[in-house]
Amino acid sequence: MNSLFGPIDPAKDAGYTDAPPRMGFFTDTSVCIGCKACEVACKEWNAVPDDGFDLLGMSYDNTGGLSANSWRHVAFIEQAAPSPAAMDVLREAEATVSTQFLGMPSSTLPGTEGREGRDLRWLMMSNVCKHCTHAGCLDVCPTGSLFRTEYGTVVVQEDICNGCGYCVAACPYGVIDRREDDGRAWKCTLCYDRIGEGMTPACAQACPTQSIQYGELDELRERAAQRVEVLHQRGVTEAKLYGHDPDDGVGGDGAFFLLLDEPEVYGLPPDPVVTTRDLPSMWKHAGVAALGMAAAAVVAFLGRRP
Amino acid sequence: MAEAHPVGFQWVMEAKKRGATVIHVDPRFTRTSAVADEFVPLRVGSDIAFLGGVINYILSNELDFREYVVAYTNAATLVTEGFQDTEDLGGLFSGYHPETGTYDPASWQYEGHEEFAQTHEDTHVHRETAAGFQHEAHGPPVSGFVARDETLQDPRCVYQILKRHYARYTPEVVERVCGVPPEQFRKVCEAWTRNSGRERTTALVYSVGWTQHTVGVQYIRAGAIIQLLLGNMGRPGGGIMALRGHASIQGSTDIPTLFNLLPGYLPMPHFKQHETFDMWAEAIRHLGQKGFWAYARCYAVSLLKAYFGEHATEENDWGYGWLPRLTGDHGTYQQVLNMIDGKIKGYFLLGQNPAVGSAHGRAQRLGMANLDWLVVRDLYMIESATFWKDSPEIETGEIVTEECRTEVFFLPAASHVEKEGTFTQTQRMLQWREKALDPPQDCRSELWFFYHLGRLVRERLATSTLERDEPIKKLAWSYPISGQHNEPDAEAVLKEINGYDVATGAPLSGFTQLQADGSTACGCWIYSGVFADGVNQAARRKPGKEQSWVAPEWGWVWPANRRILYNRASADPQGAPWSAKKAYVWWDPEKGEWTGHDVPDFEKTKDPAFRPAPGTIGVHGLAGDDAFIMQGDGKGWLYAPAGLIDGPMPTHYEPAESPLRNPLYAQQANPVRKVYDRPENQLNPAPPERHSEVFPYVFTTSRLTEHHTAGGMSRQLAYLSELQPAMFVEVSPALAEERGLEHLGWAHVVTGRAAVEARVLVTARLRPLRLDGRVIHQIWLPYHWGGSGLVTGDSANDLFGITLDPNVLIQESKVGTCDIQPGRRPTGRALLDYIADYLRRAGLDASHYAPLETPGAGE
Ligand code: SF4
Ligand code: SF4
Repeated sequence: MNSLFGPIDPAKDAGYTDAPPRMGFFTDTSVCIGCKACEVACKEWNAVPDDGFDLLGMSYDNTGGLSANSWRHVAFIEQAAPSPAAMDVLREAEATVSTQFLGMPSSTLPGTEGREGRDLRWLMMSNVCKHCTHAGCLDVCPTGSLFRTEYGTVVVQEDICNGCGYCVAACPYGVIDRREDDGRAWKCTLCYDRIGEGMTPACAQACPTQSIQYGELDELRERAAQRVEVLHQRGVTEAKLYGHDPDDGVGGDGAFFLLLDEPEVYGLPPDPVVTTRDLPSMWKHAGVAALGMAAAAVVAFLGRRP
Repeated sequence: MAEAHPVGFQWVMEAKKRGATVIHVDPRFTRTSAVADEFVPLRVGSDIAFLGGVINYILSNELDFREYVVAYTNAATLVTEGFQDTEDLGGLFSGYHPETGTYDPASWQYEGHEEFAQTHEDTHVHRETAAGFQHEAHGPPVSGFVARDETLQDPRCVYQILKRHYARYTPEVVERVCGVPPEQFRKVCEAWTRNSGRERTTALVYSVGWTQHTVGVQYIRAGAIIQLLLGNMGRPGGGIMALRGHASIQGSTDIPTLFNLLPGYLPMPHFKQHETFDMWAEAIRHLGQKGFWAYARCYAVSLLKAYFGEHATEENDWGYGWLPRLTGDHGTYQQVLNMIDGKIKGYFLLGQNPAVGSAHGRAQRLGMANLDWLVVRDLYMIESATFWKDSPEIETGEIVTEECRTEVFFLPAASHVEKEGTFTQTQRMLQWREKALDPPQDCRSELWFFYHLGRLVRERLATSTLERDEPIKKLAWSYPISGQHNEPDAEAVLKEINGYDVATGAPLSGFTQLQADGSTACGCWIYSGVFADGVNQAARRKPGKEQSWVAPEWGWVWPANRRILYNRASADPQGAPWSAKKAYVWWDPEKGEWTGHDVPDFEKTKDPAFRPAPGTIGVHGLAGDDAFIMQGDGKGWLYAPAGLIDGPMPTHYEPAESPLRNPLYAQQANPVRKVYDRPENQLNPAPPERHSEVFPYVFTTSRLTEHHTAGGMSRQLAYLSELQPAMFVEVSPALAEERGLEHLGWAHVVTGRAAVEARVLVTARLRPLRLDGRVIHQIWLPYHWGGSGLVTGDSANDLFGITLDPNVLIQESKVGTCDIQPGRRPTGRALLDYIADYLRRAGLDASHYAPLETPGAGE
């Protein structure tokens, strides 16, 4: 049985005997220019459908969040005091559109407090599946559609997924999502088909500023720590890492970030915990889950058009 | 730059990672500002005041790179006694003729060279024909022999004239005109000057929106003056880089798609100024001038040999008589107005979507709707191909599908990955592209289209005896073709551009081999060498780590694979590098030759100490320290004694449409701007004209990263359309409050030409400016939308009128005045009435147009 908590090497833990080094992403938001090349490259490579043509009014973000049809999402956060009306719409839009907005009750948008009189800041951040060390989605997947790869990443196989949706609720980041048409779950594969060929994932390849860095996770963690140090020396004291710590609630992320503000500002949970942490004590409920799974499978079949 | 050129911007980010300071000067806070160390918002259209302030800062603190300035610029050159500055004449230079609205530039000349000047009639012709373009590779005509005061003390030397001209551009004036606080302005000045000199260089990078002003050329000139004063030209890490709006825009002026130029910046002959071949060739050569244009005849004859092959002979002046002649302004905007007037019958439209992308969209569409035929070649059915059935004028009843007389032929085009050829980028680098896949269905390359069109027309005319058909019949028109669709060989065309020996067909190795006796043919003299040794040099892709840091074996750069122009200036007057760090090209006294990392932009064995005998012209007239070898006097021009129609030094004028009275001069706007006073081209009033308050706001447009120009290549793609799915307008929270605009609600922007509706984004990235105690609101719109595609919307360019820069006829499409109102605009006939009401309130009608010269100027 896989470990469910604590710092581990996930590929070894999943039974790979001589796994290659764990691969991942270091996304350095301090150099992101918000070009969205990552979003487009991901869709091109993975043939992900478009996500609708809606103007969201969330600064230049018209994607809204990670979803079955957007595996990279570039968030744009304008930090100044916009008009109260604009703030209302922003908050509303975030609450309804983003699958990730945490809905903290607060009278201002996260990140705007205490910024009055400070210069305008426009934060940009390319979000993605975190490929957690302890992945809730994978732990609850009843079909084996979600699996741990030899690179330590988490991949969903669309031909096995039955659309039960457990993974959706199990992700502490709100990443994995089902498509409306057939109900199957989709998310970033960390370009499993590319990295197996020694290629860089499409999003990282397209990123012009190396905001998205792909590589061996250990090496990326070192690089990230150095980068934070450099930024601190240059007076960017707010620079901090997110998801890099193997001792956090998900055992560290395979895709971690350098942020310039609190995680909530970017719509990220401040202290994510793998949802299956308490799974052993929940095993007694497994039978119920199995029933539910069978029902979901029937629904999926009925829902499919000839 | 991050918005429109994200790929190039990676190098700015790389520099920033290494500790560079990034300053972003822009009317609005963009993705570039987001990562800049300093964001400097300024009023749209006030850039010369800003740059003039920098010049003043440099000169009044004596921060110029003096040794460089004395040796390589015309700072020491004396100007005629008759010259009078805008500072003395209320914003006009001496020589203004109010009747024609042009200058007689005689008094601007170098001392003793008044006879070099053109008359104001010449100037008029030059404005009509955008003659300024010829100077891209070509100093305008001046004598090579000038009086100089190397102490820079003579009150009539350029240095002192410049100093007086900009003395008034103080930080306080910059604040009044641009809205930039003095402390912030000082930071910019300090950063720029500190990062220039022997040990350091600064690059000035602009995108082409900078040129789209009635003083567009003078914007760039102002930047050039600063770069020359600080010694940032001809040196590594320096220069002025124009980021072009499309791939190969540099290429399309080198081998031009412009009405007034032939390849290599040779002027298109003018029916009166260049009646004979000799008049034309001499006009290019600029008699009495130093430098490489002395060989103009070789370039001209070789071009005609490339055009007409064996038919070009010495007896028939190399076929010069077959070249078309300019008779006046045939620029794109004049043509559109001519279409409206029924003077143009047919039109080819390639790679352009004027119904969305050009200023005054309504005029563009009305013009195209009044042709006999229109050929559109594009990837998609763009708005310029479908205006006859779905343009905004269908809604207003101005175009009626059943009655529209234009027959439109749509020919699908191959994209850049579906054909071979070159792109020439801003560094003048040609890079060869392979074809990745065949174009689908009937899509064909431009090369295929024009080759076969020419072939078929020639077949039709083969038996014609009409004289007018001779030029077509006499063309050399044979290129190897291959494949299922008889695709011409793009490399064969590149070989012809490179030039060859007529007798043997052997490719030339460079333009110095060109002859004036008909023994060589060359399609574009500046590109000669791109096929040296029979090898496609543009296709070279040697990785950077396998060659020197200058990377001479990546692609090919004109001229002569020289990566930095005027690189003689990277060494001091004696020929030694200015500093070890910035060593680039230098004189090797032992070998007696110029050497270094790049191809020296100088005669290889010309000693730095060489001084020509007085009166020597051409290349031999260049002294050992005349670094600017294409200029008639061998110097970089801080002051332009000739070649510019609107004055020898950049001067702040207000945009043609402005809510402000010019704070610096009685003269309000550029007094020689190109105007088209016509009822369909009403310009919003600017002070001192009355009623400017009807259009109280300033607006500007630009691009979003997610879309490409007029949208033909992005609004058709779901992955791009979803990222910016709707036309919107950005306003500051303060303006939103003033006009009752709601975030995500509708609003419409109104000018004397159009009303354009858009969704509202209220954002602090736009901020009102306080100028002279007055609050100026600025509005921003993207210009990507039109009526077809996956996402549609009104076109921002419909808002602009047509007023042009006089030097190159570029339109003022980055600044105008407007009103903004909540809600959607009226539709149908009501829209026309709505705009008519604005015109009436603004006092605009066909009986009065603002004069070029503002009353009170010239005193
Ligand atoms: S790694 Fe591949 S699948 Fe994942 S976001 Fe990047 S491009 Fe998309
Ligand atoms: S491609 Fe890179 S720079 Fe562009 S939005 Fe994505 S992460 Fe940011």
